[in-house]
Amino acid sequence: MVRQTIPLMITAIVGFVLVVAYFIPHPPFDTLREDFAIYFDIIASVAFILGAGNLIMMHGSKISKRDKSWGYSAVTVGGFILVLLIGLTKIGNPDGFRGSSVTAEGSYFDYVYRYIFRPCAATMFALLAFYVASASFRAFRAKNAEATILLLVAFIILLGRTFVGTLLTSWLPDSLFFLKIPYLAEKIMTVLNFAGNRAIMIGIALGIISTSLKVIIGIDRSYLGAD
Amino acid sequence: MNGFARFVDAIDKLDRRWVFLGVGLAVVISSMFGLTFPEIPTPMVKAVFDKIESLPAGSRVLLPFDYDPGSEPELQPMADAFVRHCAEKGLKMYFIALWPLGQNMVVGVTSNILEREYPHLRYGYDYMDLGYKSGNEGVVAVILTDLKKLYTTDARGSSIDDIPMLQGISSIRSFDLILNISAGYPGLKEWIQYAGTPGNIPVAGGCTAVQAPLLYPYHPEQLLGLMGGIKAAAEYEALMKDRFADKYRGHEEYLSALRRMGPQTVTHLTIIFFIILGNLTFWYLRRHRAQAKLR
Amino acid sequence: MRPRSLLRVRRSHRTDPPHGSVRFALLFSLSLITTMGCLFCSAPQASAQTPDRGEGSANVSPPSEVVARDTPSDRGESIAVAWTPPPEDTGPGGAIDGYRILRAQSATGPFEAIGQASAGAAAYTDTNVKNGINYYYTVVTLAGTAAVSSGVAGPAQAHPQWLNTNQWNAFIILFLLLGFNLYYIEHIKSGGKPFIRKLAGLEAVSEAVGRATEMGRPILFVPGIQDMNDIQTVAGITILGHIGRTVAEYDSRLVVPTSRALVMTTARETVREAYLSAGRPDSYNENDIYYVTDEQFGYVAGVNGYMVREKPATCFYMGAFFAESLILAETGNSIGAIQVAGTAMPAQLPFFVAACDYTLIGEELFAASAYLSGDPKQLGSIKGQDVGKLLGMASIVLGVLISSLGAITGWGVLEKISSWIESFWSTTLA
Repeated sequence: MVRQTIPLMITAIVGFVLVVAYFIPHPPFDTLREDFAIYFDIIASVAFILGAGNLIMMHGSKISKRDKSWGYSAVTVGGFILVLLIGLTKIGNPDGFRGSSVTAEGSYFDYVYRYIFRPCAATMFALLAFYVASASFRAFRAKNAEATILLLVAFIILLGRTFVGTLLTSWLPDSLFFLKIPYLAEKIMTVLNFAGNRAIMIGIALGIISTSLKVIIGIDRSYLGAD
Repeated sequence: MNGFARFVDAIDKLDRRWVFLGVGLAVVISSMFGLTFPEIPTPMVKAVFDKIESLPAGSRVLLPFDYDPGSEPELQPMADAFVRHCAEKGLKMYFIALWPLGQNMVVGVTSNILEREYPHLRYGYDYMDLGYKSGNEGVVAVILTDLKKLYTTDARGSSIDDIPMLQGISSIRSFDLILNISAGYPGLKEWIQYAGTPGNIPVAGGCTAVQAPLLYPYHPEQLLGLMGGIKAAAEYEALMKDRFADKYRGHEEYLSALRRMGPQTVTHLTIIFFIILGNLTFWYLRRHRAQAKLR
Repeated sequence: MRPRSLLRVRRSHRTDPPHGSVRFALLFSLSLITTMGCLFCSAPQASAQTPDRGEGSANVSPPSEVVARDTPSDRGESIAVAWTPPPEDTGPGGAIDGYRILRAQSATGPFEAIGQASAGAAAYTDTNVKNGINYYYTVVTLAGTAAVSSGVAGPAQAHPQWLNTNQWNAFIILFLLLGFNLYYIEHIKSGGKPFIRKLAGLEAVSEAVGRATEMGRPILFVPGIQDMNDIQTVAGITILGHIGRTVAEYDSRLVVPTSRALVMTTARETVREAYLSAGRPDSYNENDIYYVTDEQFGYVAGVNGYMVREKPATCFYMGAFFAESLILAETGNSIGAIQVAGTAMPAQLPFFVAACDYTLIGEELFAASAYLSGDPKQLGSIKGQDVGKLLGMASIVLGVLISSLGAITGWGVLEKISSWIESFWSTTLA
C-alpha cells in the first residue's frame, strides 16, 4: 500500500540518518541532521494553516447550525479573526505597516497581548494553586503506612519551601541539624527525589529508544492507522 | 449517624469550591498586608550566582527565555535578577527564545531593565536579541554548530553581520555560559542535552517549581545550578541585595520574588490546614464506622 | 516503581537461536564498520614555541605548554587551544584576571584577539575557523594592566571527523539495546511465548468505554500538548488507535481535541482506520477530532470548557503533559469521570496519580501499544527494553560494590575499575 509505504520509508530514512549523525559528524550526515530539523519546522508551520482552517470550519459550522453552545464558537472565531487582522495590518504600529515588528509597543496587537492574552494565560496558570489545594485535600489521607509517609514528606516539602520551615525548627541545636525542616526538605529533593526520578528517567529513556526503534524499522505502524 | 458525625462527614466531602475560597483568601489577605520573610540561599541557587560572579567582564552569556505570560508571575523575578546581575558584571548578553512568546519576555526585560536602569549599555554592543525561532531543540542543535544557518537577522531586523558583539561568533560554542529560564518544553533540559553537554558549554538556569525535580538529576555535571520557582528567585534576590547593596538600596521593586514569598508561605500553610482537616475527618469517620460495625 | 520485569519470555519448543533478519544484519554490520572507523581517528597537534614577555610582566607568568589542535570528534571548523596556567593563577578572584586568546594565519602574525577565558581556565575552543587552513595561536595572561604572552602554538588545521569518538559509550549502549530488541523480536516471532504482567490502566479501557456507552456520554481522549515529533505523542496516538477500535465496537462517541494540527491529522487517520477495522466506518465522525489551539492554556481552557459542558464519562490523557495535567485531571475528577492517564513527564506523574483512577507511569506508556496489540514483534521490543534495564541495574550495583570495596581496601585496581564504570556512564565529554 503506497499510502503507508511512503511514510514508512520517510520515517526509516530520517530516523536512520538522525541516529547515524549522532556518531558521524562528517558531511553529509551533520548537514542532513540539520536539514531534517528544518524540514519539520516547515511542515509544522504549514500545519498552522491546516489548524486555522479546521478551527474556522468547525466553529463556523456550529454557528451556522446554531448548535448547542454556539456562542462560545462565535467568541472563538471572532477572537481569531480580530487578532489575525490586527497582526496582519499592524494597526497602531508606530512604524506603520512597514514596521518590522508586529508586537511593537503601542500597536493594537501589543494591546491585545498585554491586556487580554497575558492576564488570561496567567490566570489559567494560577488555577494550579487552587487545584493543587483541592487535590491535596482529597489525596493526602493517611490511609496506610505508605500514604502516611507520603503525607509527612508533603508536609516537610511544603514547609521547607517557605521561611516557616526555618522558623519551626530554628530552636534545635546545631548538633541536630539533620532534623531541621529546610535540611530535610533539601535532602528529600536532592537524594530521594534524585534517586526516584533517575530510575523513572532510565525507564523512560529505554522506552523511548525501544518505541523509536519500533517506529523506525516499521514494526509499530499504529500511528499510521495500521495494525 | 449523629449530628456531629454528619457534620464531620460534610467536611470530609467538602465541596472543592470552599478549598478554592480558602486559598484565594490566603493569597489576597497576605498580599494586602505585604508579608515578607528573610531568605537563606540554598547551594543550588548559590552555584548559579557564583558562576556569574566568576565570569570576567565581557564574557558572553546566552540567555534563552523559554517561557510565556502564563508562567511570567513565577519566572519573571528570576529573569530580572539574572539580567541585573549580568549587567552589573559587564557581561555581554545574547537573548534568544524558543517559545513564540519568549520574544515578548525578552522585550520586557530590555525595555524595563536594560534601557531604564542601564542606559549606558548599548544594543548590539552590550546586549542583543536574536529573537524567536521555531523548531524547538532542532534550533539548538543547529546553532551549536552554525549560528548563521538559522539567524541572518536579529529580532529587530538588523543583519547579524552588522552587529558588533556577534563578530567572530560562528556558533554558540563561543559562549561562556548558557543561562536559561524555562517553563517547560523546549527549555532547560533541551539546552543541556543539545547544547551544554555536546558543546561543553556551562549551563545554569531557572525553571518553574513543578519542573525542578525533573532537572535536579542533571546537577552538577551537566547543570551547574538550578533555581526552582519563586523561592529560588527570592534567594537569588537576597544574594543580589547583599552583593550590590548600593544598587538595591531604596529599590524595593527589585525584590519582587521576596515580596511574593509572603503569599506563597501563607498559601502553603492553608494547604497544610486543609490536609490536616481532611485527615482528622478521615480518622474520625473511620473510627465511627468501625464502632458502628461493632455495634 | 515495579522491580519486576515487564515481560518474561518463556522458551518454546524451538530452542535454537533465531536466524538473523536482514535488518538485524544490516544494523550490526553498520555498527561494526563504524567501530572499526575508530582506528583511523587521530588528530595532529602543535605546541608552542618559547614565550614572549609583554608589558607590565613583572608579577605574572605567561601560560606554558600552549597546544593547538583540531577539535576531535567534530564536524570541523573548530580548533581546541589548551595551556597550562601559570602558578600565579589561583582561580577567579586571584592575582590573574583571565586570559586573552590571539590567532593568526602565520607564525609571525599579525595576531588578532579572538576571545578570552576566565582565571582558572586551561582551554579555549575557537569555532570561527575554516577547514584546511593553518592557524597559529598565542595565549596572553591578563593581570591588571599586565599582559604577558605565551609562545606561538601551531600550525593547526580544522577537519571534519568521520567518527565522534566521544560518544563511544553511547554507541555501545545503543548497539546493545538494538541487539537485545532485535534478538527478542526475532525470538518471539519464531515461537517464544511472552509473559506480560497486567497493566490495570489498560485493562480498564473496556470497562471505561462500556460505562460511557451505558451512560450515553462521550469519551474524551487528550493526546498531550506536544507535536508528532515527540515520541510520547506517537505512543499516545497508538493507544488512541486501540481505544478507537473499542469505542467503535461499543458504538460510543470518541472526542479528541488536539493542540497541534499535525496531531489532529494523524489522530483522524488513526481513528478512521480503527473504525474501519472494527467494521463500523459509518460511525466515524471526523468533526469529533478537532484542533483547538497551540497555546497551552488556551487549549486547557477549551478542553475544560468541553468537559464541564458535555461531562464525558471517561477521560484518557495519553502523551506529553506539562502544567495543564492537574487542571485537566481535577476538572475530570469534578465531573465524576473515570480517568486513565499515561505520561513520561516525571514532574506531572504525581498530579495524575493524585487525580486519576489509573496512571501509566513512564515506560508503561510506551509499553501500552505492544500490550494492547499483542503483536509478538512489539512484545519482543519490551523484552529487549527489560534486558537493557537489567543491564543498567547490574551496572549500578556492580559500580557501587566495586567503588565501596575500593574505598575500604584502597586497592588501586578496584578504584580504576570503578572510575572506568563511572566514565562509561558519564555524559561529560572526553
